[in-house]
Amino acid sequence: MFPDNLTFSIAGWVNDGVDALVSNYGDVFRHISETLLWAIINLEHLLRITPWWLMLAIVGAITWHATRKILGTLLIVGLLFLVGAVGLWDKLMQTLALMMVATVISVLLGIPLGILAARSNRLRSVLIPLLDIMQTMPSFVYLIPVLMLFGLGKVPAIFATVIYAVPPLIRLTDLGLRQVDREVMEAINAFGANPWQQLFGVQLPLAMPSIMAGINQTTMMALSMVVIASMIGARGLGEDVLVGIQTLNVGKGLEAGLAIVILAVVIDRITQAYGRPRHGGQQ
Amino acid sequence: MSEVAINKIEVRNVFKVFGNREKEVLALIRDGKSKDEVLARTGCVIGINDLSLSIRAGEVFVIMGLSGSGKSTLVRHLNRLIDPTSGQILVDGENILEYDMPALRHFRRHKISMVFQNFGLLPHRNVLENVAYGLKVRGETQARCDERARHWVSVVGLQGYEQAFIHQLSGGMRQRVGLARALATDTDIILMDEAFSALDPLIRAEMQDQLLALQRTLQKTIVFITHDLDEALRIGNRIAILKDGQLVQVGTAQDILLTPADDYVDRFVQRRRVSA
Repeated sequence: MFPDNLTFSIAGWVNDGVDALVSNYGDVFRHISETLLWAIINLEHLLRITPWWLMLAIVGAITWHATRKILGTLLIVGLLFLVGAVGLWDKLMQTLALMMVATVISVLLGIPLGILAARSNRLRSVLIPLLDIMQTMPSFVYLIPVLMLFGLGKVPAIFATVIYAVPPLIRLTDLGLRQVDREVMEAINAFGANPWQQLFGVQLPLAMPSIMAGINQTTMMALSMVVIASMIGARGLGEDVLVGIQTLNVGKGLEAGLAIVILAVVIDRITQAYGRPRHGGQQ
Repeated sequence: MSEVAINKIEVRNVFKVFGNREKEVLALIRDGKSKDEVLARTGCVIGINDLSLSIRAGEVFVIMGLSGSGKSTLVRHLNRLIDPTSGQILVDGENILEYDMPALRHFRRHKISMVFQNFGLLPHRNVLENVAYGLKVRGETQARCDERARHWVSVVGLQGYEQAFIHQLSGGMRQRVGLARALATDTDIILMDEAFSALDPLIRAEMQDQLLALQRTLQKTIVFITHDLDEALRIGNRIAILKDGQLVQVGTAQDILLTPADDYVDRFVQRRRVSA
């Protein structure tokens, strides 16, 4: 047994802290929550009123633009058609909306943080362990305070997803920027490029394959959160998996699970294709 | 060229210490300790050791030395890619070490350009955009960038490759792009850091000829770094020989060949005498 007089607990302080946050800043959080909710609901609405054939055509067009492969494009459109054919189209759109908002927020947070981390070793040494915690901490632990701050539903689901999905993007942005050839940086410096010209003209374009790999990872991790998100009231494909588990309806759970996999495949193919360097500097 | 100063570039008592115990190292150097002793005592590497030299306007000034002699470090002081630990560097009579960041950028954009050993070209831009890079950075119009870049691409003999990407070019062609990029900005001074060292001998000779031909009409001040005596003798108006960050000898090719200052220079020259 561990001696009692050496034990302590931080649970009390944390509980008090969260309580104080909820009672003092509740309004602020509600405001953030409402803005986010407005964005998700509108996006979801847009996706759901778009006719299914138009949606398939749009996804097909994007896939073709990214991959330039007819067969791959047809396969992807076919898979999405299958999801609609098993009656999960509406839920697919709900999940897609949730995921897109989470990805956009992750990109808005992750890329700037990655850029800053690449510039400062000090920030990086603080950030990396934080990212490790974000990726390994069981999501239910931070779901509880997020629920207290934002209530049930889509908004906490988005937050939980972003916390889980943003680390790979930060890491890969940082890595991509650090791997830009030292002599290229020296050369553009010697020609008097200012920090903006260096970042947007050279560093970001050259780090693009790495950053796109980060966005790809972020979308994949966001998708793996949809089932957990459904537990706190976010609707979509995860909901069907959850209901499948709760009612021992294995078939229904499998259908929804496969639909999540298909969505993952579609997004993975598209983001990976965009991540490949067009001019092939490294070939 | 507006102002023809006799000494375009002047380097005065420059020290460069890599490491964070600069003051200690400078004290040790004053006590006459050698590079190796300083490294053993402080863990700091002496890059440049009390170096002074002057470079005249319009000459090709070659800095020669073995690897580790500090020649690449020295040339990076001239556009402040590296800042010295102490000393003065004057270009057209102005101490460039006093420049703040905007002034330094202006200096790099208008007065000095550079060619790199491994080219330092942008892999995501085509030849034309690479050549125009210096102009673009200093905010010239697209039309002018385009016109100047096309001109210099054809001068270095790359017409027809304007839209090619860097990975499609051979080493020699890449360095022509590097040279065109430096020439396009029309700066008085061009730094060339082992610019031809990565090329095979035939291409290298060709590039040397091209540089000499261009220099006859352009009359730039060129600071050329090399470890190759033949190259130095071929293109240099004057040659400086560096060893352990110190200047051993400065002079014309004749001076170096006939009256080598010490054993180190002599060893450089001897092989040449034997073969000649």
